[in-house]
Amino acid sequence: MESVVEDGGESMATASRARRVDVFARALEREVPGCTLLTDKEDVAPYECDGLAAYRQLPLGVVLAESEAQVQGVLRICAHLGVPVVPRGAGTGLSGGAMPIREGVVLSLARMRKITAVDPYSRTATLQPGVRNLAISEAAAPYGLYYAPDPSSQVACTIGGNIAENSGGVHCLKYGLTVNNVVRVRAVTMDGQICEFGSEAPDAPGLDLLAVLIGSEGMFAIVTEVTVRLIPKPQVARVVMASFDDVESGGDAVAAIIAAGIIPAGLEMLDRGAARAVEEFVHAGYDTDAAAILLCESDGTDDEVAEEIERLTRLLKESGATHVETSASEAERLRFWSGRKNAFPAAGRISPDYYCMDGTIPRRAIGRLLLRISEMEERYKLRCINVFHAGDGNMHPLILFNGNDRAEWLRAEEFGADILEACVEFGGTITGEHGVGIEKINSMCVQFSPGERDMFFAVKHAFDPQRLLNPDKGIPTRARCAEYGRMHVRGGVLPHPDIPRF
Amino acid sequence: MNDVIPDSTPGPACDLNTAAAAAQEQFVATIQEACARGRRLCVRGGGSKDWYGASRTGDVLDTRAYRGIVAYDPAELVITARSGTPLTDIEQLLSSHGQMLAFEPPHFGPSATFGGCIAAGLSGPRRMSAGAVRDFVLGASILTGRGEHLRFGGQVMKNVAGYDVARLMAGSLGTLGLLLDISVKVLPNAPASATLRQEMNACDAVRKLNHWAGQPLPITASSWYEGVLMIRLEGAHAAVRSACATLGGEKLTNTAADVYWHSLREQHHMFFRSAAPGATLWRICVPATTEPAQLPDADAQLIEWGGGQRWLFSQGNDQRVRERAVASGGHATQFRHAKPNAEVFTALSAPIAGIHNRLKAAFDPVGVFNRGRMFEGM
Repeated sequence: MESVVEDGGESMATASRARRVDVFARALEREVPGCTLLTDKEDVAPYECDGLAAYRQLPLGVVLAESEAQVQGVLRICAHLGVPVVPRGAGTGLSGGAMPIREGVVLSLARMRKITAVDPYSRTATLQPGVRNLAISEAAAPYGLYYAPDPSSQVACTIGGNIAENSGGVHCLKYGLTVNNVVRVRAVTMDGQICEFGSEAPDAPGLDLLAVLIGSEGMFAIVTEVTVRLIPKPQVARVVMASFDDVESGGDAVAAIIAAGIIPAGLEMLDRGAARAVEEFVHAGYDTDAAAILLCESDGTDDEVAEEIERLTRLLKESGATHVETSASEAERLRFWSGRKNAFPAAGRISPDYYCMDGTIPRRAIGRLLLRISEMEERYKLRCINVFHAGDGNMHPLILFNGNDRAEWLRAEEFGADILEACVEFGGTITGEHGVGIEKINSMCVQFSPGERDMFFAVKHAFDPQRLLNPDKGIPTRARCAEYGRMHVRGGVLPHPDIPRF
Repeated sequence: MNDVIPDSTPGPACDLNTAAAAAQEQFVATIQEACARGRRLCVRGGGSKDWYGASRTGDVLDTRAYRGIVAYDPAELVITARSGTPLTDIEQLLSSHGQMLAFEPPHFGPSATFGGCIAAGLSGPRRMSAGAVRDFVLGASILTGRGEHLRFGGQVMKNVAGYDVARLMAGSLGTLGLLLDISVKVLPNAPASATLRQEMNACDAVRKLNHWAGQPLPITASSWYEGVLMIRLEGAHAAVRSACATLGGEKLTNTAADVYWHSLREQHHMFFRSAAPGATLWRICVPATTEPAQLPDADAQLIEWGGGQRWLFSQGNDQRVRERAVASGGHATQFRHAKPNAEVFTALSAPIAGIHNRLKAAFDPVGVFNRGRMFEGM
């Protein structure tokens, strides 16, 4: 077994690092024989980042667990040696939540990808954490069932990762997020104990720990088994695509639809920049002259969908849509969606790099935020295209930049932080579904008070008293926030406004 | 598109805001004093659920002075209100805009408050189709056991900044903190509904309900009692019409249907009134597919939630009920008329209990709030 060799390999630091790797490897071989450990630099390198490639770090090693017993063994060793653990699924996360810690190990659950059971009678599927999101719906399809949350990365992302981030998708306005669709999680805490959260019954005694575990970014426990709720596939789904001359009236149309008592199965918006980028890439048939495009899906029985589409069409036209088109076939519906689902790769084609943001705001602030973003484009001299889950106010501005130009990256980072602060200012949040990870950790200083952040640490302590599970993610320390220097702002009011600052 | 905030108009509502600010200050003072003197507090709204949970100890901290709707914009599908707000006020405001609390919370009395509804975490007949209280909580501000004012979550549907502490408050029985402002997701009322009545035995009812739940049918509530299965359908007109034709059965008038589901939600239903004096009401929460015969007294049960929630009266401290519920993969609660010193809730496993104790210590280090309401020592 070879250790990670770094530049200037003879330094004391490197020698002691090699020793630590060796101690861990021996302990693993003794306690969990047969468990795969990667330590060679070329083997470990693919794990140095997740979907947020701008942040990289090589860990001491990568453990590829294949069973719950192995996970228990690995965690016990790490707890004993005081080695931090970063859990990892498919590594598709966009906030650096799976970025390794230099002195820690990465625990990959990707090999635990067995679908243990699909039970059409109880409408549940029981899965290992490494099962891909889309594989669940594929396995349930023969029974006319599916798993509702469908993040854009669903081809690759795992259910374990979805639990860590409380992933959503384009259908979550109507069908909920991961937290609304996972009924039970079996997990191992840092001390190697097995915990059952939730239940196949509608609820479990005591506090709703499952609710707080979901979205905890792998900082509480390592998930080893998951039971999800499957729901019946609607008989029909159709998409209405509407064009708007300005983004504001697109936003108004969204509000009008909701106020009329319709909860569409999907309600997505793209601005002109995004529409042009995806149109060039996948030829989805988008109106590239429109300032905004709204995609609105209706599902249910034939009659039900016909009834809803008629109401939607009327509402869209009343809100000023310049063009309204309804998918005439399943192929056309998928084509309409293909544009939205390929927005990220499309951005990747028109720019060497892009930086994806993930703020959520109250729907009524969509127009104002977009205006603010266009002002920022001038200030930071960078382009930004926007796609968003309009139904739930979750925005994904994609800031385009060239990563080879260090100054551009720094401006992109500033631009992003500025967007997130605007989201907080408009009564929203810095992350809707991608997680805080390492990327948005500074912005947490703006959204939460020191007391609130202390409470987050106390909640983490309740699950992980040794603070070894993904410890550098999610919640910033007071010292880090002091260094970041931006004040926690609530309701647009600085604390002690009478004191002169900066 | 302005917020519909009744409180924002001058007049009585302004007084409500002033009163709420004063109430909050008073709460902080009361908590800090209790903390300093080692006294315990019993957080209470209208007292409509005083009978629920294990022991009640401490001086009553009445939340009702802290009332009023803070924000409501129907187009955002979110309402924010203070914990002491009467639940009926919230439901009336939503109803006037064609919206509802989709988890259909039981009130158990006219004095029920919003805070009590969230803290008790009880959901009504629509639970299996719409979700439970916890599925709708988006944000909450609390006073901790030290009187510190903290806010978690927010007013938006998707939010993963920080841990989902707001959701943890749902069903926490006031053991972690005093709820102040709570934001919940609301949903539009369905355009159409219908209730069907069919006769069958308990075993067939459970099987049918599970079979139907796997099909695209708009079933939003169900109950079985004494050979009668009731099914509520809600959705688009076309969907309800075609489901009625598919399922069959006798259709109730709209008024009769409303009265029925309300009586079930509020436990005025015949089943709840026909118990022998002193009998304990068990809430049995099991996987929906659990065969009635796996639980005691199959024929005497009232079955709800597509099979997931079952009610049973038993004399004495009948441990069989809990044992069978646990063996079926669920749990059982002595919901009403628990025997003194009985374990009201099913005990937790050791690691889960450890997490509970550490969470309690984080939010309420001295143990000021609702001590023993959920579990002894918590």
